[in-house]
Amino acid sequence: MNGALLEVRNLTVHHGQLKAVDDVSFTLNDGEVLAIIGANGAGKSTLLRTIAGLHRATSGTIAVDGKDLSKMSPHRRVQTGISLVPEGRRLFESMTLEENLLVGAYHARKGPFTIERIYELFDWMPERRRQRAWQLSGGEQQAVSIGRALVANPRILLLDELSLGLAPIVIERIYTLVPDIVANGVSILIVEQDVAQGVAMADRVHCLLEGRTSLTGVPADLTSEQIDHAYFGAELSHRPPPEAVDP
Amino acid sequence: MTWTNVVIQGILIGGFYALFACGLSLMFGVLKVINLAHGDIAVVAAYVAVFVTPRVHLPEVWAFLVVVPLFGLIGYIVQRTLIQKSIDRDPFTTLLVTFGLSVIIENLLLEIYSANGQVVNIGSLISRSWHPATIVYISYVSLSVLGVAVLVLAFLQLFLSRTGLGRLIRAVADDREAAQLSGANYRHVFGIAAAIAFATVALAGIAYGMMTQFAPTSGGVNLLFAFEAVVIGGIGSLWGTLVGGVALGVAQQIGAHINPQYQVLAGNLLFLLVLAIRPQGLFGKKTALA
Repeated sequence: MNGALLEVRNLTVHHGQLKAVDDVSFTLNDGEVLAIIGANGAGKSTLLRTIAGLHRATSGTIAVDGKDLSKMSPHRRVQTGISLVPEGRRLFESMTLEENLLVGAYHARKGPFTIERIYELFDWMPERRRQRAWQLSGGEQQAVSIGRALVANPRILLLDELSLGLAPIVIERIYTLVPDIVANGVSILIVEQDVAQGVAMADRVHCLLEGRTSLTGVPADLTSEQIDHAYFGAELSHRPPPEAVDP
Repeated sequence: MTWTNVVIQGILIGGFYALFACGLSLMFGVLKVINLAHGDIAVVAAYVAVFVTPRVHLPEVWAFLVVVPLFGLIGYIVQRTLIQKSIDRDPFTTLLVTFGLSVIIENLLLEIYSANGQVVNIGSLISRSWHPATIVYISYVSLSVLGVAVLVLAFLQLFLSRTGLGRLIRAVADDREAAQLSGANYRHVFGIAAAIAFATVALAGIAYGMMTQFAPTSGGVNLLFAFEAVVIGGIGSLWGTLVGGVALGVAQQIGAHINPQYQVLAGNLLFLLVLAIRPQGLFGKKTALA
């Protein structure tokens, strides 16, 4: 027993020829919030999608409670307690707000999150529950997408780029829910391009650069220079511009 | 009065087209598969009703009680094996595979039962009709088929909008990946959708055999009409499929009334007209085309 709820070990994932995730290892402990930060194309989303089962890993293992789920299909992983809020929200467009939540609840595990509980968390939802998903604003859609994942009662919630395309005030409001969710026994893995947001929320930070781990640590111990190096790559920020070579 | 009768006959046949087409529409909406063997499956169901069910001492009129659930089961199995395998390769493979299935079915039926026309024997019921006005004859069989079509569509509509499994089918149709992330086994959901498609088209096949003669190659022309009904009504709308079927039926009857040679032509013209003016269909959403 080592306390790790989710353990990712030496994970490598390919997108065709491209090595999107390269030998990444980390653990997520019970009740912890871990932020994976990194620039566009660093492999963050691929990492989350692989944990959720939407991509096959080339090598390495993904284990929950020490049990390897590398071969498990996405819907079975939901039943073992992994729920992903995908990038771009991905609501069921032809359905109402409530129907979106009902789909999430159909194969739900037992736990604290019911549709009523989601309606308490987002008090604007009940009166708009009959509206179609496409009639909601971006922030509202993001909330429904989180609600749809929560009603499955995950043990591990994977949040992929919540802030994408949303106004800062809306992002802030959504992230204020994180402590509330953790208090209900859910551990969270956040992927963010917005470093400040990710670092502010997280107990620990894991930075990816071109698919590889470039930095890990507790936010309080990390300087912004360290994070910048890890985010952009040391060579990029420090190497002086190349001198013109005389012919 | 003559025209009233023409329109009534069109509506009656339109109900049959809708019953035939709703499974095609569902398969396309959920699996994104155009099942080119859809019509042939209806014909096989009619053959089973004529040749197999009498052996278990079930009158042909009641054949649907056995054939419809049987074809639902076959639909689920064919989807989980053959069609899923081709979906996993790529979308064009599904066209080739279902086309191949169609060819195999037609030739097997020719080989076993010859090209002779067959009917589902329903006794004297075939000739009975309601005669509300001088030249208006409403055949009880056609009226029943229209009634069954409306019932089936209403039932499907309720199933898809009110039940958990129905919502799951719609979720997979909207966004397969997001549905998986909500815990849906999309292959199983595909199987359920295919089961419904096979069951409804089996019912349509038996209805066809009650209304008119069928032969091993009857599937193709009915598949064409089913396509037209779906496109006229709008993909993804069950009531649209009914309206599309009725519009096609009425157009065909009007054409036939002018000159029997124009029956199919008139239907095709309506189909092309809808494609030109409102390509998403009468009840379809523009997004369905994307």
